[in-house]
Amino acid sequence: MVKQNGRIVTGAHYGLKDWLVQRVTAVLMTAYIILFAVVVWISSPLDQAKWVAIFGHQWMRIASFLFLVSLMWHAWVGVRNVLMDYIKPVSVRLALQILVIVSLLVYLVWAVEILWS
Amino acid sequence: MEAKLLKKQRPKHLNLFKISQPLPAIVSIMHRISGVLLFFPGIPLLLYGLQMLLESADSFEALHTLIQNPLVKGLILMFVWFGLHHLCAGIRYLALDLHYGIALAHARASSKWVLAVSVTLTLAVGITLW
Ligand code: HEM
Repeated sequence: MVKQNGRIVTGAHYGLKDWLVQRVTAVLMTAYIILFAVVVWISSPLDQAKWVAIFGHQWMRIASFLFLVSLMWHAWVGVRNVLMDYIKPVSVRLALQILVIVSLLVYLVWAVEILWS
Repeated sequence: MEAKLLKKQRPKHLNLFKISQPLPAIVSIMHRISGVLLFFPGIPLLLYGLQMLLESADSFEALHTLIQNPLVKGLILMFVWFGLHHLCAGIRYLALDLHYGIALAHARASSKWVLAVSVTLTLAVGITLW
């Protein structure tokens, strides 16, 4: 077992939660990707008005937003796993993790701006 | 505590350029690499594309001309492949987590399928794009 004093601030969250988050978000994203592919296939949008119409539906915006939230969360867990494997000094790892979180949050705000404007 | 365990001199064959990896290992490392590349520059590129698509008729036109560039087309196709590989390999992991296809023979076969399906779908997207 993991010893209490072996814990470091940038370590794993010592539990099932992140693992599960990665799986649940993966399933949600897969569902959205299939939905999106079907919608695009059915309406085969070739001009801009059609694309705007697709994203004009409130349910489409909400679904896209949920997809993007899943994506950011999934990317956070995934990239953190990668950083934990390859970046050993705690200070560098923490700095990179903060960079990742901040960029993901900025992407999310950007996404809201795109979807609701 | 780890150090004690590792004291024993064991032979190491970890020269990654010398050992030949089994297919599932290759699919797995490609899943990791594609995941990182999808994070960056994948996500910002995706959002940038979405913004150009929806912002205005002008930005849509700009996107349209940009996509005509064969270099850009190739890049897009590469990211489509990263995405599809990550998706297919991800679905394979989800199945493995549920203990489907755990047997070695099945795991080898499914990793072949991951490669084949993602390349096929990428080609299909490429054909529609061109
Ligand atoms: C742009 C979107 C995505 C990004 C940026 C992303 C990123 C990542 C990263 C960085 C990892 C960690 C890789 C590792 O630890 O080796 C990962 C793992 C994973 N991804 Fe994604 N991913 C994306 C989309 C998806 C989708 C659509 C699925 C659907 C099946 C998926 C399924 C998985 C699974 C199951 C894992 C865990 C694999 C493991 O624990 O070995 N991902 N992802």
